[in-house]
Amino acid sequence: MSDIATTTDAELMEGPAFVRGQPLAPLPPPIKEGGAVGWMRKNLFSGVLNIALTIVCAALIVWIVPPLIKFLVIDAVWNGSGRADCLQQPGQPEIGACWAYVFDKISFFTYGFYPIGERWRVDVFFALLTIGVGWMAWLNAPRRDICMIYFFIVLPAASLILLLGWPPIGLPKVATTQWGGVLVTVVVASVGIVFSLPIGIVLALGRRSKMPAVRLFSVMFIEFVRGVPLITVLFMASVMLPLFVPDTWSPDKLLRALVGVSLFAAAYMAEVVRAGLQAIPKGQFEGAMAVGLGYWQTMRFIVLPQALKITIPNIVNTTIGLFKDTTLVFIVGIFDFLMTVEAGRGDPAWATPVTSTTGYAFAAIFYLVFCYGMSRYARFVEARLAAGDRR
Amino acid sequence: MAAVEPTRPKAPLIYNPQACSIAYQVLLCAAIVFLAWSAIHNAAENLARAKIASGFGFWDNTAGFDISQTLIQYATTSSYGRAFWVGLINTLLVAALGIVLATILGFLIGIARLSKNWLLSRMASFYVETIRNIPLLLQLLFWYNAVLKALPGIRESLAIPGGGFLNNRGLFLPQPIFESGSGIALVALAAGIAASIAYAVWAKRRQMATGRQAPVLWVGLGLMVVMPLAVLALSGFPVTFNYPEAGRFNIRGGIEILPEFMALLFGLSIYTAAFIAEVVRAGITSVVKGQTEAAYSLGLRPGATLRLVVIPQAMRVIIPPLTSQYLNITKNSTLAVAIGYPDLVQIFAGTVLNQTGQAVEVIVITMAVYLTISLVTSGLMNLYNRRISLVER
Amino acid sequence: MKSFVVRAVLAGALAIAASAASAQTLNTIKQRGVLNCGSNGTLAGFGLPDSQGRWTGLDVDFCKALAAAIFNDVTKVKFVPLNTKDRFTALQSGEVDVLARNTTWTSSRDTSLGLNFSVVNYFDGQGFMVRKSLKLNSALELGDAAVCVQQGTTTELNLADYFRANKMKLKTVTFATATEALKAYDAGRCDAYTTDASGLAGERLRLAQIDDHIILPEIISKEPLGPAVRHGDDQWFDIVKWTHYAMVNAEELGITQANVDDQKKSDNPDIKRLLGTEGKHGEGLGLSDDWAYRIIKQVGNYGEAFERNVGQGSTLKIARGLNALWNKGGLQFAPSVR
Repeated sequence: MSDIATTTDAELMEGPAFVRGQPLAPLPPPIKEGGAVGWMRKNLFSGVLNIALTIVCAALIVWIVPPLIKFLVIDAVWNGSGRADCLQQPGQPEIGACWAYVFDKISFFTYGFYPIGERWRVDVFFALLTIGVGWMAWLNAPRRDICMIYFFIVLPAASLILLLGWPPIGLPKVATTQWGGVLVTVVVASVGIVFSLPIGIVLALGRRSKMPAVRLFSVMFIEFVRGVPLITVLFMASVMLPLFVPDTWSPDKLLRALVGVSLFAAAYMAEVVRAGLQAIPKGQFEGAMAVGLGYWQTMRFIVLPQALKITIPNIVNTTIGLFKDTTLVFIVGIFDFLMTVEAGRGDPAWATPVTSTTGYAFAAIFYLVFCYGMSRYARFVEARLAAGDRR
Repeated sequence: MAAVEPTRPKAPLIYNPQACSIAYQVLLCAAIVFLAWSAIHNAAENLARAKIASGFGFWDNTAGFDISQTLIQYATTSSYGRAFWVGLINTLLVAALGIVLATILGFLIGIARLSKNWLLSRMASFYVETIRNIPLLLQLLFWYNAVLKALPGIRESLAIPGGGFLNNRGLFLPQPIFESGSGIALVALAAGIAASIAYAVWAKRRQMATGRQAPVLWVGLGLMVVMPLAVLALSGFPVTFNYPEAGRFNIRGGIEILPEFMALLFGLSIYTAAFIAEVVRAGITSVVKGQTEAAYSLGLRPGATLRLVVIPQAMRVIIPPLTSQYLNITKNSTLAVAIGYPDLVQIFAGTVLNQTGQAVEVIVITMAVYLTISLVTSGLMNLYNRRISLVER
Repeated sequence: MKSFVVRAVLAGALAIAASAASAQTLNTIKQRGVLNCGSNGTLAGFGLPDSQGRWTGLDVDFCKALAAAIFNDVTKVKFVPLNTKDRFTALQSGEVDVLARNTTWTSSRDTSLGLNFSVVNYFDGQGFMVRKSLKLNSALELGDAAVCVQQGTTTELNLADYFRANKMKLKTVTFATATEALKAYDAGRCDAYTTDASGLAGERLRLAQIDDHIILPEIISKEPLGPAVRHGDDQWFDIVKWTHYAMVNAEELGITQANVDDQKKSDNPDIKRLLGTEGKHGEGLGLSDDWAYRIIKQVGNYGEAFERNVGQGSTLKIARGLNALWNKGGLQFAPSVR
């Protein structure tokens, strides 16, 4: 205390070497962290490498996006009746996408060769399917038990009658060779789901069964199908299946493809369901056994409801894969959506340099919208389930 | 003293789980055997009634058709069996190159998705979301027709510096021809490879013992690339090039890379890279942040942290799904049929099936090939997986 | 449990179906009420549906003639579009009753595929189409050219043979369908496109700039195209044969779709036998005696079908050539109805 009191001003000025005599110059204000500039500095220009990456990315965007928009929107031809409208003319030096061609062909892309007078049946089918899918996808929907019955029993039966026709109720028959376009894509995808899910569940249970024969056959089937490409499965369904059944049966071409696609999807579905089953703690099985439930009761009331719930995102992902794989039915000569686009490409009435690209762009947008929609849904369900587990 | 045996009440056999289980299995086996038998019986009957030839006798018959890409000796007078090998090798070629390209691209994009650079990570996720959601077939058709349409015709070929050409018939590159004397370089290359492996083993052992690292990459590159080149230079470059030149219709000579091949390779790599990127991202995010922080606190640089700490752990998560992506490339290469690349399915299950009409034999062989590839690959991967999996104490 | 039930039911159904004896083709068709005809589906002049699903073509008319002979109704035929890959399997497996899909008759197909080729309803040969700008006059100048071709056809084999025989180098680019091959040719992938000459005429119309392409004069192969049936049903084989012969005979005798009712009153014994006013010539075929009358009334004679689909009445404008009647310098010759 006294030391301080006796310290003179001069001593203060000189002081011990480690004590600063003068106040420091104020630091510059901190780099702005909020606002647009701060955000950009932090996320785009935080270092030499980052600046270089940002510049390269920006250059890529400038290189790709404006020409794409120019082609798809600005230079696009929206109205027209034939190839002349989508060719380069003095008034149209640059030709973008020929959407007029898509508008002209849209009914072919949607229905294929389905008789024009009967196309309302396809529309009704689309509507019924939309109701079913909407009901299934809405997790809080009322009476989801009825929905299951509707989706797996009523809808397939109604669609079959509607699309194939049933003369007694006044619907003339329409051969499957006349089906095409989005109709076939949707039919193949939904039949694939409706059949592959139950078969996949049975196979998954079989693979985890305690009976060696059941396990062996399930494993063999699953591994065999997952080991070969879909194209060869379709080939097999198309050229070998007719030889394997008695010659009085001659399965329809579309039916054969559907069998191939369903079996193929079932093997993948089985693995997805198996993953869900493995996630169920053993205590659940033991609890069910303790209250005296049998195998099927345990599965029906305890295990499957939990296992399927957590596999919904993966089931949707498998559905996306299946939806994309429907394009492969072209290999057995079935006109799905992509094949109608391919066929439209060869139409001399619309033969222009941009026709192919327009058709592909349209198909890409179609698949992108549906698949992206489904994957968003899968992520939404995942998030919701995760929210449930967080408690 | 007569002990009273506790007697169980006799339950009917139907409630005996063991009996039920056996009964089910016998039933199942019987049903499957019956199905298989009736299928085979029907097939045999159908074939015999229609007098369709069967058996594998066609294998040695003359094929009579031409194939656009043959890596092994093949002429129209070769046998169907030879055509099979040509197709199989073409399939393996496109699959192998596709795997390499897709892995590189996929890792880059997967890491880019985790980048702190907002623009880069957004672009990477846009790439993944778009490419994953468009069917591969559509992409292949687009690539093929885009490649075909965008490239100039044969008369207006783009000349590539160094003596190559690019046009809508493909990419033509000079073909190196190794003359006598270049054997020494080959020996040097072999020696270089052997030496670098030995060096790597030694370096690893030393690192284990002393903790000192050795520049394995640079020494390896020097041994495997510079040394053979130096030997080649010393022996006076006994290599000549067969340059492609414009012929009456087509470009002759050189190495020809078909547009079908390029379209298939690009399409497969770009498509699969999107899936691999997701696998890589999931793998890297699975390594907990504490690992990185611990590495930093030990004084490792970010690069070394990634290389020595994060990636080895991430690989455990990445390898199994990566394997299935590699198998997917192999299986998806069958889409070559759509764009006319002569792979196994196009040649064997397409042309040979048509010329012989023996659907059953041809499809069975084709499926067996893909099944073998799949099973062998997943078998190897399981072995590898077991080796690198966490040793828990 | 469910799977066992399903499998058991399936197995039972299979067993029942397997025990049912295979029926005669004609009876099967009559029971079914419709003829299943395997057709091309993408080839103008031979088999092509329009956007309303109405089929036209020479092979299509052949199937309509069969339907007319069996049902007296040309609409009772279902056309199944087949590609080269599944055409033979479709016939072998019974999916179609007759394969009228411009298919070339060869010995191996006739003997080892379980098929019988019945007649030749179009004598064809393989040709080449090239760009005019190449200024070619002959297929012999095609050495080293890239040629687009459809896989699984005799065309593919002939092409390789022709180039080998003439010691020319060949670059084949093979596609699964004719459409893909043609599109690739149109895009400049190949110098030449090859298929049957009749097909070239039809395919040329689908190109973007028709006038930029010419068809070279060489015909490098014999391509007898005709309908095929399964082995082992002689009655059905006869019906298919005689449907074609009836159409050729009708042309030879001057009977047309327009005058067939007048000709019915003719005194010419050949005409009377053909139209069924004399004798019982339908019995042996399992058809009614006026079977040929029905064909001519509803489809026309061979010449009419030819001109309507591929000849002067069509966009293809192919000359009769080899397909003229035998007495007019061609090869179409039919045994008489007697």
